[in-house]
Amino acid sequence: MTTDVWIFLGLAAIAVASAISMLVSRNAVYSALFLVLNFVAVAVLYLLLNAAFIALVQVTVYAGAIMVLFLFVIMLLGAERLHTERALKWQQPAAAVLGLALLAEMAMVFFRGAGSPTAPSAVLGGAFGSPTAVGRLLFSGYVLPFEVTSVVLLAAMIGAIVLAREERRVRREKP
Amino acid sequence: MSIPTDYLLALSVVLFVLGILGVLVRRNAIVVFMSIELMLNAANLALIAFARQMQDLIGQVVVFFVIAVAAAEVAVGLALIVTIFKTKHSIDIDQVSGLRG
Repeated sequence: MTTDVWIFLGLAAIAVASAISMLVSRNAVYSALFLVLNFVAVAVLYLLLNAAFIALVQVTVYAGAIMVLFLFVIMLLGAERLHTERALKWQQPAAAVLGLALLAEMAMVFFRGAGSPTAPSAVLGGAFGSPTAVGRLLFSGYVLPFEVTSVVLLAAMIGAIVLAREERRVRREKP
Repeated sequence: MSIPTDYLLALSVVLFVLGILGVLVRRNAIVVFMSIELMLNAANLALIAFARQMQDLIGQVVVFFVIAVAAAEVAVGLALIVTIFKTKHSIDIDQVSGLRG
């Protein structure tokens, strides 16, 4: 057990615990904050995995922008506490059984594949996964997908504006 | 000695299953949406682990695109939730049965 593995175990414990807390907390704001903790733990894990660029993208885009959007919507709708009558009584046990079945199935596949090489045999150079290398690859071989990403984001932005404005336009047409 | 890829995949599997449980159990549409983000995150972790295993940076580039598309998806999805809330005054996903025959 080296330092890296111990750090991994700590981060994994934080990630799993925050994911479980996100699922069980009644208040949606707490859920969102636990998810931020989860994203940050995974981002630190990316730093250990020679993926510094992705780690920073994770923090700025996921833990920053996306979760702020979530919190805005939760507070805008006042939906942090939603007490609902449960339509299906057997839903929670059924979900637990199905989730455990999925976990068992994945574990089975996982252990059948054991014996494959587990850790990179060669010692990774410091250059692997550096932001310079990722940026060079992004702007040489993947320029077209990178540009298409901007179109996707523009389309999403227009779509979000149209969806959110629809109500007001209808109301203006009525009188 | 670095972290074995097996450990990373195990963590990825656990996070993915937790995301699926969230989608199945919770009724709050926003929490369901956050569970989907959790699953995307687990898939990204597996991609990063394999990128390191194979010593191939393409895995990291794919994760970058996944994050970009997730941002777009969140914007549209949350706009949809706001619209549903305006008409139904609830974001309980059991209430959204308007297309039921």
